[in-house]
Amino acid sequence: MNELSKNQLHYLNMHRRHKRIVAVSRVSILLAFLFLWEFAANTGLVDSFIFSSPSRIALCFLEMTGDGSIFRHIGITLYETLVSFILVIFFSLFVTVLLWLFRKLSEILEPYLVVLNSLPKSALAPLLIVWLGANRTTIIIAGMSVAIFGSILNLYSEFSEVDPDKIMLIYTLHGNRLHALTKVVIPSCIPAIISTMKVNIGLCLVGVIIGEFIGGREGLGYMIIYGSQVFKLDWLLMSICILCVIAMLLYALIGLVEKWYLGRCKISG
Amino acid sequence: MQYALELKNVHYAYHTLEGETYALKDITFSVREGEFIALVGPSGCGKSTLLHLIAGLLTPEKGLIKINGSYHPDNTSCIGYMLQKDELLEWRTIYQNVLLGLEIQHALTTRSRALARALLTQYGLNAFANARPSELSGGMRQRAALIRTLVLKPDIMLLDEPFSALDYQTRLNVSDDIGQIIKKEKKTAILVTHDLAEAVSLADRILVLTSRPATIGQTVNVSFSDPGLSPLARRNAPEFKTYFNLIWKELNPDE
Repeated sequence: MNELSKNQLHYLNMHRRHKRIVAVSRVSILLAFLFLWEFAANTGLVDSFIFSSPSRIALCFLEMTGDGSIFRHIGITLYETLVSFILVIFFSLFVTVLLWLFRKLSEILEPYLVVLNSLPKSALAPLLIVWLGANRTTIIIAGMSVAIFGSILNLYSEFSEVDPDKIMLIYTLHGNRLHALTKVVIPSCIPAIISTMKVNIGLCLVGVIIGEFIGGREGLGYMIIYGSQVFKLDWLLMSICILCVIAMLLYALIGLVEKWYLGRCKISG
Repeated sequence: MQYALELKNVHYAYHTLEGETYALKDITFSVREGEFIALVGPSGCGKSTLLHLIAGLLTPEKGLIKINGSYHPDNTSCIGYMLQKDELLEWRTIYQNVLLGLEIQHALTTRSRALARALLTQYGLNAFANARPSELSGGMRQRAALIRTLVLKPDIMLLDEPFSALDYQTRLNVSDDIGQIIKKEKKTAILVTHDLAEAVSLADRILVLTSRPATIGQTVNVSFSDPGLSPLARRNAPEFKTYFNLIWKELNPDE
């Protein structure tokens, strides 16, 4: 072990201190918020019927874990989100590959994709309910509809920006466009694909919640709508808190995939 | 006599909405087997276009290109192409990069893998077989790119300014290195360069192209009294300056 110089030790200490301040501040903000909320609700500063309170949310959560109903709702929302996410990744990669292989096709379809992407997808949800019925498939499709067009446009622009010299290399090695796709374009776009996944998982959750708002009989989106209609604000706020946690976990999941990919690159190198 | 490569009255033009740009006009020349040809000319005169045509990446508008006596472009597989930059793929190891061409041509066999290993060993890269391209120096990267071309066993090597992205010192070493490898492997080679010294140090024959639309201005046969000189040693030989000045005058007729 090398002996560290005084300045290096000082630097390391400052770095640790910085990290600690950030972590402590983050936790304190959350705790202060929860405390103020609880305090305000208990002392009557805010109406706890409308604003609920951390303790009421926790009690509500405990109650619903007792009969297991909360896990069913969470499970359904998670299931719908993951299925629509996987379908989005699959279809958007498939369509992007087609667009890249057939440039004429991509030029023909471009305006349609742009319009579909800028359309507020929540406007489609009622239509989907009427066409496909209020069932789980509809909710999954609603989830997909939010993410898929942006995903295709994003991936296609990443595919198109691959270094043309690298593609030329494939041709000089007597390869064709399909070789360029599999040997150069897709491998060099994997970081871009992962970052598109990060965006998509959040968008799919948004779409699924919208779908559950209008077509669901179960799931967190349904609980939010139902809670607002019967003034069970504990339900509503608890669902929102759970959604926060789910969104964070899903994002972290893709982060793990990214880490795994980067690690794999290093190990084999 | 059969030539490794023959071009007859080759014409080529680029088309854009703004109009037509004539790049090459009436190019005719032949290359013997094992000969090292250098193409020099003013920048933007269409030297690279000529290599693209020979490699079959572009089709001539008029004229014929014959490789080993047969008509183009049925048999471009015997052509190896070296680009300006090494274009090694960062997500592959050096060994995997070297195998890229074989993978594309579905020619990955025990024998071709062994050849790749042998070439890596022979040219001092075996220790870096599992390294990433970014871990290698510019010269080593260019050598890896050469091996990637050589494993495909090309008869004709096309070199498209392969040293121009390197710094001056590396460039002298790498061009010496690669020049000797090509001689040793007895490949026919066509080098495109704007560096006259590089052309004189490597080539058996230099074709001077005129500015756009390019035609072949003059052909200079390069012969040194000692034929065994390495490219680097050629730079110190007395004939070097003579050839250099001759081609310089050809390219700058007004001076």
